[in-house]
Amino acid sequence: MADVDTDIPRMSHPLEIPKLACGAMAGLAPFIAKPEHQEPLGFPGELVPDWKEKALEKMAELADKNRAFQVYLDMCVKCGACTDKCHYFLGTGDPKNMPVARQDLLRSVYRRYFTFAGKYFPWLVGARDLTEDVLQEWYSYYHQCSECRRCSVFCPYGIDTAEITMAARDILAHVGIGMKYSNEIIGKVHKIGNNLGLPQKALGATLEDLEEDIEDETGVSVRIPLDEKGADILLVTPSADFFAEPHIDGLLGYAKVFHEAGVSWTVSSYASEAANFGLFIGNYEQMREISLRIRKAAIDLGVKRIVFGECGHAWRVGYSFLNTLAGPFDFLDQNYPIPQHIMEFTWGEIQKGTFKFDKSKNDEYRMTYHDSCNVARGSRMGDQPGGQFELPRNVIKAVCNYYYDMPRETTHESTLCCGGGGGLLTDDLMDLRTKGASPRMTALQQVTEEHGVTHMAAICAICKTQFSKVMPKYGYEMDSIVSVHQLVSNAIILTGQKTEDEAEE
Amino acid sequence: MGGVRLLGMIYALLFYAATLLLGVGLAMKIRKYARTPAPLKIPLTPAPTSRSGVALRMFREVVFFESLFKSNKWIWAFGWVFHMSMWLVLIRHIRYFTTDVWWWVEIAQPFGTYAGFGMVFGLAGLLARRVSVERIRYISAPSDYLMLLLIIGIGVSGLMMRFVDRVDIITVKSYMLGLMRLQIGDLPADPFLLIHLGLVVILMMIFPISKLLHAPAVFFSPSRNQVDNPREKRHIAAWAARLEK
Repeated sequence: MADVDTDIPRMSHPLEIPKLACGAMAGLAPFIAKPEHQEPLGFPGELVPDWKEKALEKMAELADKNRAFQVYLDMCVKCGACTDKCHYFLGTGDPKNMPVARQDLLRSVYRRYFTFAGKYFPWLVGARDLTEDVLQEWYSYYHQCSECRRCSVFCPYGIDTAEITMAARDILAHVGIGMKYSNEIIGKVHKIGNNLGLPQKALGATLEDLEEDIEDETGVSVRIPLDEKGADILLVTPSADFFAEPHIDGLLGYAKVFHEAGVSWTVSSYASEAANFGLFIGNYEQMREISLRIRKAAIDLGVKRIVFGECGHAWRVGYSFLNTLAGPFDFLDQNYPIPQHIMEFTWGEIQKGTFKFDKSKNDEYRMTYHDSCNVARGSRMGDQPGGQFELPRNVIKAVCNYYYDMPRETTHESTLCCGGGGGLLTDDLMDLRTKGASPRMTALQQVTEEHGVTHMAAICAICKTQFSKVMPKYGYEMDSIVSVHQLVSNAIILTGQKTEDEAEE
Repeated sequence: MGGVRLLGMIYALLFYAATLLLGVGLAMKIRKYARTPAPLKIPLTPAPTSRSGVALRMFREVVFFESLFKSNKWIWAFGWVFHMSMWLVLIRHIRYFTTDVWWWVEIAQPFGTYAGFGMVFGLAGLLARRVSVERIRYISAPSDYLMLLLIIGIGVSGLMMRFVDRVDIITVKSYMLGLMRLQIGDLPADPFLLIHLGLVVILMMIFPISKLLHAPAVFFSPSRNQVDNPREKRHIAAWAARLEK
C-alpha cells in the first residue's frame, strides 16, 4: 500500500476555497543558484552591490520590450476573479498565492518607481520601496507559481500571471539571485545537449537496450536510431523519455508508431532535449539558444520534418515559439506542420488505418486524462482550436476500452497544474508540490469513486515525474500515471508480431 | 433662475485642465501600448485562428465579459450591470453637448435616466464584495475603495439632480455648449451639480494614471488579441530580429 502523508490538504471537492492562512508558505524558497550555475548563463554569480538600480533598470527594459508585461502591470482592477483559481492557493491557503496578490508583489514596486500615484501617494495605491526583503519575497513567491496560466483564463482582461512571474525571475537572475534547479539544468543543455547531462555514448547504449526490450517483448526488430543522417523525421523529446518511468514506455510507443508507419526517423544527441527551461526563467535569449540547437540538429542531420514527443512546456515552446526563436524553417518539408506533435502524427496514422490494435491489452487500465497546462492553454494540435484536447483523448479511446473524464471545471482550458510545472520540479519544493497537487488529486479521487478509474495519462514529462512522486501521498500507486504512448505501445500489434494465441499454438 | 459667473469660471478651468490631462495622458499611454512589441505568441488557447475570430473574441469579452462570467457570477453580475448602465448614462449625457438632440440619444433617454440606479446598484455590490469577501479585502488598497466611492458619488449626485432636487438643466446645457466653443458662461450654484461636476473632473484627471486604464488596455492584451497561427506565420519582434544578425 502506498504511504499516505497526513500533512496534505483534504478537500471535499477539487476547487474548494480555503480560509486565508497568511504567511503559510512564507520563506519557502528553492535553493539559490551558485556562481557556477549563474555565470555560464551570463548572470552575475551573486547579489550585485547595485542590485536596486539594476533591478529597476531590468524592470524598465522588460516593460519596453514586452507589451504583455507593460499592459499587465497597468491594467489590473483587482476585481478578485482570479483569487480562487490557483492550485497553489487552493492547496496552501496562503493569500500571496492568489494570482493578483502574487502579481502585486512586483506591481507594488513598479507603481512606486514608475507611476505618478505611486511616486507621490504610495500609501494610497499600495506602492512600496524595493528592499532586500522584497527581493526575498519575490524569490519565494515567484517560485510558488508554475506559470500554468489557469488564472488568466478567468481574468476579464487575460492578465497572464506567468508573464509577471517570468519577468520577476528574469529580474532576480540579473541581480544575481538565480534558481539553482533551472539554471544548472540549462547549463547542462548548453554543454551536453540535454537536461540530464546524458552524453552521446550513454544515450546510444540506452537506446540499444530499449530496442532489445521491444524485440524480446514482440519478436519484432524496432529501431530507435540516434544521429542518423538522412532520416526523414527528427524526434525531439524530453530526455526523461530516455531514462525515467513512465516516460520510457512512451518512447517505446513512439518507436512502434514510427516503425508501423514505415517512416525513417532519428533522435539527435546534440538536441536530445525537448524541454526548454529558458521559458521557466523568463529569459528570451536562453530560450532562443536552446531552441537553436534543434535548428542546428535538423540542418546537420538533413531531416525533412521535426516531431516533438510528449512534453508540456516543450510543446508550448515548440508550437508557439519555435518558428519565432529558431525559424524560418524553409529547409523542411512544408507539407507537414513545423513542428508536429507526436499526437498529431499518431492520430493521423490511426485515421488512415495504419495500425492494428488489441484494445483489451489495456483492460487493466481504467483511464482518465490530465490536460497538461502548457499544452492546454499555450498550444494547439491539428487544424482546429481545441485540437489539443481532442487528439490525446481520441488516441486514448482508440487504444483503451475504459475512459472517463474528470470534472469539466478541472479539464480542458480549465485544467489544474500537476503542481510541479514551471521549474518547480525540485525536491527542495516538495511541500509546495504536494499541496499544489491536491486539487488535481481530489478531482482524480472523484472519478475513482464514480467510475473506478485506476490510471491517469498525461503527455508531459514534468506531469509524469511529479505525479509518480505525489500520487503515493494520495493513496495511488506511483505507476498510476502513464504516458499516452505507453497505452498505444501496449495495444499496438506490430506487423509480424506473434500474438499470445499464436505463441501458444 | 440664473447662473453664477465665478463658478462658471472655476469649473471651466477645471474642465479644460481635465480634458487636456485625459486626452494627452490617454494618448501617451495608448501610444506606449501600441509601440511596445510583443516578442512571442502567447494567446490563451483555444484561440481563434484568424483576425476576424480575434475580433469576435474581443467583442464577447468587452460586451458580455465572457471570461468574468466563467470566473465568478457575483462579480460578473455587479460589474456587468455597472458597466452597461454606465454606457446608457453616458449616451444620455450626449444631449448636453449637442444643440439638437440626436435621435438615438432621444431613444436612449428613458433607459439612460433609470440606468443611473443600475450603475449605483452595481457599484454598491462591488463595494460590498470588496468589504465582505476576505480574499478581495486582502488585495484591496485604499485607492480601490476610493475609486468605487468616487463613481458612486458621481452616480448619486446625478440621481439627486434628476429625481430629488432638480437642477436648472437648461442653464447647465448652455454652459456646456459654451465651453465647447470656448465661451465661458454662468453655472447654477446647485450643490449636487457642483459635486457631480467636481467628481467627474477628478475622474477625468486620474483616468490615465489609474487602474481605469483597463478600458483602453484590454484591447492590447496579447493573451486575448493574438491570432493562433505561430506555425503558419513567423512572428518576430524588431529587437529579437536584431539578435539574428
